[in-house]
Amino acid sequence: MLRFEDYVIDGIKFGIISPDEARKLSRVALVTDKLYDEELPVRGGPRDPHMGAIEPGERCPVCGNPPSTCPGHFGHIELAAPVIHVGFVSIINDLLKSTCRSCGRILLPQDEIKRDLELYRKLRVKWPRLAKDLVKNVIQKAAKTPKCPHCGEQQYKIILDKPYKFYEERPEGRIFLTPHEVRQRLEMIPDEHAELLGLDPEHARPEWMVLTVLLVPPLPVRTPISLETGIRSEDDLTHILVTIIRANNDLKNIIMSGAPQSIVEERWNVLQYNVSILFDNELPGVPVARHRNLRPLKGIVQRLKGKEGRFRGNLSGKRVNYSARTVISPDPLISINEVGVPEEIAKTLTIAENVTPFNIEKLRKRILNGPNKWPGANYVIRDDGRKIDLRFFKDRKALAESLRPGYIVERHLEDGDIVLFNRQPSLHRMSMMAHIVRVFPGKTFRLNLLVCPPYNADFDGDEMNLHALRLPEAIAEAYELMLVEKHILSPRYGGPIIGGGQDYVSGAYLLTSKTTLLTRDDVEFILSVTGYHGELPEPAIIKPNEYWTGKQIISLFLPKEFNFQGKAKINSGKLECADPDCFYDSYIVIKNGELLEGVFDKKAVGAQQSENIIHHMIKEYGESFAREFFDNVFKMFIRMLELKGFTMTLSDVEIPPEARERVEQVIKETYERVDKLIQQYQEGVLEPIPGRTIEETLELKIIQVLNEGRERAGKEAIEYLDPFNNVFIMARTGARGSDVNITNMAVMLGQQVVRGKRITRGYRGRTLAHFKKGDLSPESRGFVKNNFRTGLDPLETFFHAAAGREGLVDTAVKTSQSGYMQRRLINALMDLRVTYDGTVRDSEGNIVQFSYGEDLVDPMKSMHGKSVDIDRIIEKYREV
Amino acid sequence: MTPSKVRVKKKILSHKLVPKHELLSVEEAAKVLKEYNVKPYQLPHISVNDPVVRLLNGHPGNIIRITRKSPTAGESVVYRIVVAY
Repeated sequence: MLRFEDYVIDGIKFGIISPDEARKLSRVALVTDKLYDEELPVRGGPRDPHMGAIEPGERCPVCGNPPSTCPGHFGHIELAAPVIHVGFVSIINDLLKSTCRSCGRILLPQDEIKRDLELYRKLRVKWPRLAKDLVKNVIQKAAKTPKCPHCGEQQYKIILDKPYKFYEERPEGRIFLTPHEVRQRLEMIPDEHAELLGLDPEHARPEWMVLTVLLVPPLPVRTPISLETGIRSEDDLTHILVTIIRANNDLKNIIMSGAPQSIVEERWNVLQYNVSILFDNELPGVPVARHRNLRPLKGIVQRLKGKEGRFRGNLSGKRVNYSARTVISPDPLISINEVGVPEEIAKTLTIAENVTPFNIEKLRKRILNGPNKWPGANYVIRDDGRKIDLRFFKDRKALAESLRPGYIVERHLEDGDIVLFNRQPSLHRMSMMAHIVRVFPGKTFRLNLLVCPPYNADFDGDEMNLHALRLPEAIAEAYELMLVEKHILSPRYGGPIIGGGQDYVSGAYLLTSKTTLLTRDDVEFILSVTGYHGELPEPAIIKPNEYWTGKQIISLFLPKEFNFQGKAKINSGKLECADPDCFYDSYIVIKNGELLEGVFDKKAVGAQQSENIIHHMIKEYGESFAREFFDNVFKMFIRMLELKGFTMTLSDVEIPPEARERVEQVIKETYERVDKLIQQYQEGVLEPIPGRTIEETLELKIIQVLNEGRERAGKEAIEYLDPFNNVFIMARTGARGSDVNITNMAVMLGQQVVRGKRITRGYRGRTLAHFKKGDLSPESRGFVKNNFRTGLDPLETFFHAAAGREGLVDTAVKTSQSGYMQRRLINALMDLRVTYDGTVRDSEGNIVQFSYGEDLVDPMKSMHGKSVDIDRIIEKYREV
Repeated sequence: MTPSKVRVKKKILSHKLVPKHELLSVEEAAKVLKEYNVKPYQLPHISVNDPVVRLLNGHPGNIIRITRKSPTAGESVVYRIVVAY
C-alpha cells in the first residue's frame, strides 16, 4: 500500500467544479427539503445520512466509518434552471464583454489573438504577473470592439446589475439575460480564447461559472447541535440548503406546469437569491437572509472572512491547552526566575509524570490528595492506556496502592516545575520566558519587579499567560534556553534589559549615599532579607557608637576580585566630576570587591543600562551569579526604603522666595524680549531668517526666546532646591521624573505647543474670545507662566489641555504605526538564520550576508555592540 | 574600448562610493562556491546591466567579488553572481 508519506506535493491546482465532476463527487441527490421524519433523517433531504456520519454510534452508509473517522461526503442538487455563481460574476462580466454574442470568440482580429496567445503562454511561465496584465489588456481592448471581427455580428453593451443580474443594451431596450443565456454564451467560447482570457479551460471552462448542479457540503461541515433540552438546532448552511431545495422544487413545478415566462423568472430569481446567499450572505444590493430570531445567517464567505473567520481565527490564531491567564501583581521577595501561581490554577494545570521507582512514593501521595487538594493529581493513566478521572474515582487509596512503574500520573503543578510566562504584545524574545513555579494562595500571578522591563509589564490591571510544559524535551529546553536568567542580556543592544526602576533606584541611592550611617540593628534589618550568612565587616565608625556605611553592606555581595570605575547617573551639572577623586561621590570606584566611592543610582541598578556594574558582573561571573545579585541585593534596596521611609510632599516642589523673585525677573525679561520682537515686526525692521517669511521668523524667534526663558528660570530655581529633597533625589538618580518635570511642578510650564507651533487656532485671528485679534503676545498664544504647585488659570488650563491631547494622539498613532512596521519587518526577516559557517541565509539557502553583521559579533555576547572592550580588560586587571 | 568609454570607466571606478569589484576566474569562482557550499543562484545577484559589471565585461554566470569598507568589520568581502536581468 502506498502511504501518504510516499507522495510529495508538487503543486496545487485550483479549478472550477464542473457539473459532471460535482455529480461524480456526490453520494446523494437532494430532492426534498424535509429534514426529519419522526426523528429520523429523511433520505434525499439536506440531512441525508449519505453525506456523512455525525451522530454518536452512527455508521456512515457510504464509507462505513463512525463519526470520528468519517470524513463526510458531498451531496448535490440538480438545479431546475442554471444560476450564476456569485463568486464569479466579475469574471463572467469580463468574458461576456470581451467575446462575441453570437460566435463566442474574442472580439479581436484572429492574428492579434494568435500573437497575444503565444506571448501569453511564454509570459505565464516566467512572469505570471505580466501575463495577468496582458489578459487585462486583451479584455479591455476586446470590450471596446463594436463589431465581431470573426462573424461580423453587431455587439451590444453588457450591463451588470450587482450582484448577479446581466442585461444587454439593445436598440429595442435593456434586455435581461437569463443565467441560461449567459451560460450559452460562455459555452461558445473556444478553449484557446478562454485561455487568453486568463482561464485554464481544462480545469475551469467558462460555462462552469454558471451552476447547473449545486454541490452540497458534507454533514460534518454543517453539524446540527443538540441542546440540553433535546431540541436540535440545524446549522445555518443546512437552513439555507432547505430554502434552496424548496425554491428549486418550486421552480421545477412552475416550469412543468407551463406557467408564463414572467412567473418562471420570478421563481428563478428566488432560486438565484438563495444559492447566492449560500455562498455569501453579505452581498450588496440584496437583503440579508435572517434566522427566525433575526440573526443573519452565515454563508460560506462569512465562515472564512474576518478576524473570527477560519483563517485569522482558527488557522493563524490557534488556542492552546495547558495554559492559564490572570492578572499579575508584584512580589519583590521571589526570585526573578520564579513566578507565583495561584493554587486554583495549579490545581487545574497538570504535568504528566511517568511513574518510576524513584517517584512512586511521591506520586502515591499526590493520588491520595486527589483533584481538590493541592498538591494532588487529576488523572491516572494505567499501563493499559485507561485514563482514570480522579474526580469520579472513589477508592483513591486502592489506586495509590496499585500504582506501579509504567503508569502516568497527571499531577498538579508544583513548586519547582518550569513554565513559560508571556505578556502580549510579544515583541521580542524576552516577552516569553521560562519561570519556576511557586504556588501561592490568592488569584493573581506574582512576578518579581525586576522582570517588568523585559515584559514591559506594570500592575495597573495587566494580565499575563502561563503555559505548562509537559514533555521532558520542552522542559530541558526551557531550563537551558528560556529561563529568565538567560535573558538578562538583551540581544538587541548587548546590555542587561533586566534591572530595577523607581523604588529600587531611590533605595540604592539612599543605601550607598555618603550620609547613610547604619547601626547594628539597621544592618541586621537590611541584611536579614538576603539570607546572608557570615561575619559583618568592621564598622566604619567605632566610637562613640558602631556605624556601618551602606557601601560596606553592598560590598559583602561583590565578588572579591571585582574592579570597576565609572560615572554615576548623578555625575552631571553641579555634581560633575571627571575622575575618581570626586567630592560629590558621583564617581563609582570598586576595588577588589569593595565599593569605595560613588553612589548606586539608575546607571548602576537600572534596567537597560549598558556597560554598567551589573553588565560587567554578568560577563565575568555568569548569569546565575547575576541572578543571585538581583535576588539578594535588590531586596536590600527596598529594605532601605522601608527603613528610611520615602515619599514626596508639596514642600518638595516649593522654591524659596528669593528663587521666586529670580523666576519673576526671568519671566519679565522674557516678556520684554518678546514685546521687542513684536514691535520690531510691526515696524517692519525684523530681519527674516533666510528661507522664511517675516511672520515665520517672528514665530520662531518668539518660541526660542520663550523656551530659553523657561529653561533659564527652571535651571536657576532648581539650584535653590535642597539636595536631599525627595523629588530632587528621584530626578537626579533617575528613579522617576526629570528636571523638566520639576520645573513644571515648581517653576512654570512654559510654552504649550501644538503641531510644533504656538497655539494659533480657535477663533478668527485669535485663540480665545478673551484676546484681541492679531494679539501675538505670549499669554494669548499658550504660554503658561504658572506651575502645577501654584495652579494654572482658566486660560492656561485650556492651552495645557490642548497640548496634552496632542501628546495622547501622538502616542496612539505612533504605537500603531511602529507596531505595523515591526510586523512587516518580522514577516520579511522571519526565516533568516545564522548558519554554522557564519553566513546569514534564508530558508532556501540563499545567502543574505556572507558573515553575520560583517564582523560575526553576537550582540548579546558583545559589549554594547563592540566585540572586545579593551578599556574594561585594562580596568579589570588594574592594581590587582 | 573607445576613449570615451575609458573615461567613463575611470570615472565610475574611481568614485569613492563605488567599492572595489573584481571579476573572478572560473577557478576562483569554483573555489568560492565550494567555500560557501552554495549553488551559484544562492549567491546575491547583480545585474549584467550594472554599470560596473558592464565595465568589467561580466556575463551572466560570472561571479564578482566586491570588497568594501565596513563600519563594523573594517573590510568586508561579498560575492555576487551576474544575472541576465
